[in-house]
Amino acid sequence: MTTLSVSPRKPWRPKVGRLWPEILGAFFTAFSTLAIVAVTPLKGRLGFSLTLIAMAVITSATVSWIRRDRKAALNSVSTVFVYVAAAFVIIPLASLLFEIVSKGAVGFSFGIFTKDMSLTSADSPLSEGGLLHAVIGTLYVVLLATLISTPVGFLASLYIVEVRGRFAGVVRFFVQAMSGVPSIVAGLFIYAVWMIGLGNSYNVVAGAGALAILMIPTVARTAEEVLKLIPNDLREAGLALGATQWRTVAMIILPAAKSGLVTAIILGIARVAGETAPLLLTLGGADAINLNPFEGNSSALPFYVWKNYSLGNPESIQRAWLGVFVLMIMVFIFFSLARYFGRAKGANR
Amino acid sequence: MNNEESRKTREEMSGIETKSAKAGGADTREDVKPSSLASVAASHQTKSKTREIPDGMGLEARSIHAWFGKKLVLEDISMDFAPGTVTALIGPSGCGKSTFIRILNRMHEFIPTAALAGDVLLGGKDIYGSGVDVTKIRLKIGMVFQKPNPFPSMTIRENVLSGLRLAQIKIQNEDQLLESCLVRAGLWDEVKDRLDEYGGALSGGQQQRLCIARSLAVNPKVLLMDEPCSALDPGSTLRIEETIRELSESISIVIVTHNMQQAARVSDYTGFLLSDGGPGRLIEMGSTSEIFSNPTDKRTLDYVTGRFG
Repeated sequence: MTTLSVSPRKPWRPKVGRLWPEILGAFFTAFSTLAIVAVTPLKGRLGFSLTLIAMAVITSATVSWIRRDRKAALNSVSTVFVYVAAAFVIIPLASLLFEIVSKGAVGFSFGIFTKDMSLTSADSPLSEGGLLHAVIGTLYVVLLATLISTPVGFLASLYIVEVRGRFAGVVRFFVQAMSGVPSIVAGLFIYAVWMIGLGNSYNVVAGAGALAILMIPTVARTAEEVLKLIPNDLREAGLALGATQWRTVAMIILPAAKSGLVTAIILGIARVAGETAPLLLTLGGADAINLNPFEGNSSALPFYVWKNYSLGNPESIQRAWLGVFVLMIMVFIFFSLARYFGRAKGANR
Repeated sequence: MNNEESRKTREEMSGIETKSAKAGGADTREDVKPSSLASVAASHQTKSKTREIPDGMGLEARSIHAWFGKKLVLEDISMDFAPGTVTALIGPSGCGKSTFIRILNRMHEFIPTAALAGDVLLGGKDIYGSGVDVTKIRLKIGMVFQKPNPFPSMTIRENVLSGLRLAQIKIQNEDQLLESCLVRAGLWDEVKDRLDEYGGALSGGQQQRLCIARSLAVNPKVLLMDEPCSALDPGSTLRIEETIRELSESISIVIVTHNMQQAARVSDYTGFLLSDGGPGRLIEMGSTSEIFSNPTDKRTLDYVTGRFG
């Protein structure tokens, strides 16, 4: 029996022994930055970061130029800028998350999901009351908005991609334009037409209508992209088997696009779940649980956050952070679901 | 069962090779290709156009012209596809072969700029006539595409029976139909134990045979095949060619192919299309043995002997 004498290697990786210019360069960058900040009037985080970036650019460019040539120097300069750009994206996001978790998790307990605020005054401690009414309001309003916008969004995308009717371009243009509508405008539209014009009062349906206006373009555009990815072969195969266009779409196209269409719905939900402005104008706000979507004021998490923050006493502000934290968890769950369904394409391969 | 069949397949394949080798050896070197193709073509009986096929339907294309936008892509093509025969369409890329067979089952009209003149008669009736239900036409004239395209969201069983569901046809014994279609497409032995797996899990050749089984399930009178083997390995190609020969006992088949050997092996009649930069024209049409051994047009001879194209 012979033993295997080769072992897996990665010959394209630089050898550790040849990394010393990089290591020295990193040390030099760090020390020179500290030195410059100590001697010059550049102070604070901003001054430090700028100096660090500048020194990193200078050092890496110099090292690369000495070791190789001008092109390598340009390459390392652009590499530094790419890393800086990545940091600029990650840092605000990470600090936002950190802020929400550190402030919101303080009052977090199971109890907040079992009680509402109807018997609790604004300045009572966090152990009293809860945000059940807001969670229920958000679920209601989002569910209703989904029920309204999913059929409209899907049918619009089917019109654009499958029917390719005479007005497909116009519909696509309006869908794109709608996705740029500010959310307060959607809220005002419902307020003016549905409430003042048609004489309805605050309720969940009005809020759902406002959210649906914001959700339809997201659902329609995502569904359009998903349907475009379905190979034309499948359409032709269905039609060549003697199917009508309707049967082909219903039995072949939609099942083949199923996971993508689920993603479209969930992205739409995540888009509107945190909307505040339209709900301010349409829900009316409430401190008690309202299980009737067709009648009476109601609350939602963004509304709860806005209301408690505007009350201004320390306990309310703490409650606002708690609301943000719960809302973030809900949106996170939606996005995780979207990722999961977007990936689950087991049937294809 | 499976082994037995593949042995049979191998014997047949080697039979073909021996024949062509013999013929090639007897002639001079330049003539190796035409004479071997001709001998392949002559090795099987050309089916008569007047043969009686119960329940068979012939297809006739009369003076077909086709346009995309303002551009004329096919000019005055008339062809006759008798029931129970295999007709091969050969010609270089871009000469309009695919456009032509897409006209034969009304898939041409899905291209927004497309236009058409001429008649296509199925069993004597114009399929482009007013009041004709196009979905019924496509049920009678099935199509197999260049790329295997099983429905990804359906199992093998559902794929085969999808034509019935799509056209809302109800039948008594689905399992029997399922088996007979898969047997006729030469796929039954390979998939009979995994009918509930997804169609995408099969190999390319199996997928293509699944697509053939799918088009057989709605009992077509004519089967159009647009380069069905261009993405397949020789083994799968051979299985599909066997399937074509078997199917031609009951239905008419039109096959577009770039593979001259394949045209010679499977077809009874061959049409040669060519475009000289302008629209595609039918240069010559005749029995396959004639086209490959003794074509009347010099361009056909040049093409089948590999001097161009």
